[in-house]
Amino acid sequence: MAIIRFHQPFTSPFSELDRIRREIDRLFNDMVGEAVPRDFSGVFPPVNVYEGRDHYLVTAELPGIDPSDLEITLAGNSLTLKGERRPADGGEKASYHRRERGSGTFRRVVSLPEKVDPNDVEATSRHGILYVKLAKAQEVKPRQIQVKTSE
Amino acid sequence: MASKELRPAEKKEIRAVRPEETTGVPYFAPQVDIYETTDALTIVADMPGVDASDVGIDLKDNVLTLQGRVSKAEIEGFAPLYREYREGNYYRQFIISEIVDQEKINAQMSKGVLQVTLPKIDRAKPRKIEVKTA
Repeated sequence: MAIIRFHQPFTSPFSELDRIRREIDRLFNDMVGEAVPRDFSGVFPPVNVYEGRDHYLVTAELPGIDPSDLEITLAGNSLTLKGERRPADGGEKASYHRRERGSGTFRRVVSLPEKVDPNDVEATSRHGILYVKLAKAQEVKPRQIQVKTSE
Repeated sequence: MASKELRPAEKKEIRAVRPEETTGVPYFAPQVDIYETTDALTIVADMPGVDASDVGIDLKDNVLTLQGRVSKAEIEGFAPLYREYREGNYYRQFIISEIVDQEKINAQMSKGVLQVTLPKIDRAKPRKIEVKTA
């Protein structure tokens, strides 16, 4: 079986190292059985991007964040999520045993792979997960091509 | 205090501490805040994607078990392109050293955050001891 691989031409030792790291990650993920390798970004909130036939779906884990504290904007192909997560407040007399849940402000930009229709975006929040459904622009939507037969 | 930037923590997967799911769904340990007041111990756990009806709370022999089952209905029909987190169920246990009033345990689920309040039993509450003068 021929393997055709596209990658950037050798530019610097660092990018080459980076490429090797990605390859190793991919190999490891293949062994674990994940279709798409996971890439922890270190930026809040963690997002996943899904593709459907006519839509993209961006999901973000935002537990405890009220939709009114969230600002979602779309400029071109960039979707921006901005907001704040407030800390748990047990009152003045509370003594904390653990404080693992983070709080503070966040701003996250997600680039979509293709053009989307800015007039057809739908955001819903359910059980602390944000779902942003974006319709693909008309010109990038798959179109079935009819084959004409000439008798 | 100026607002600080929120830093994410990678989801911590738990392996081989509990019976595995036949479907191979991963389990994660939810991040928690735990605080104590004179009347109660409160546990706040992040479980994004879990409906109130899919939460399990159990207190047995001082061990509190929190469980949450995630629903994936929203992403059906979509193929993943890029992934920063995995969907999975939640599971975490704590040893509760306080004497808790089992009947009055109260739990609420809101926006993917579970809050469990464990009221202390009267004799576990601090009492002021008066010193009498002879």
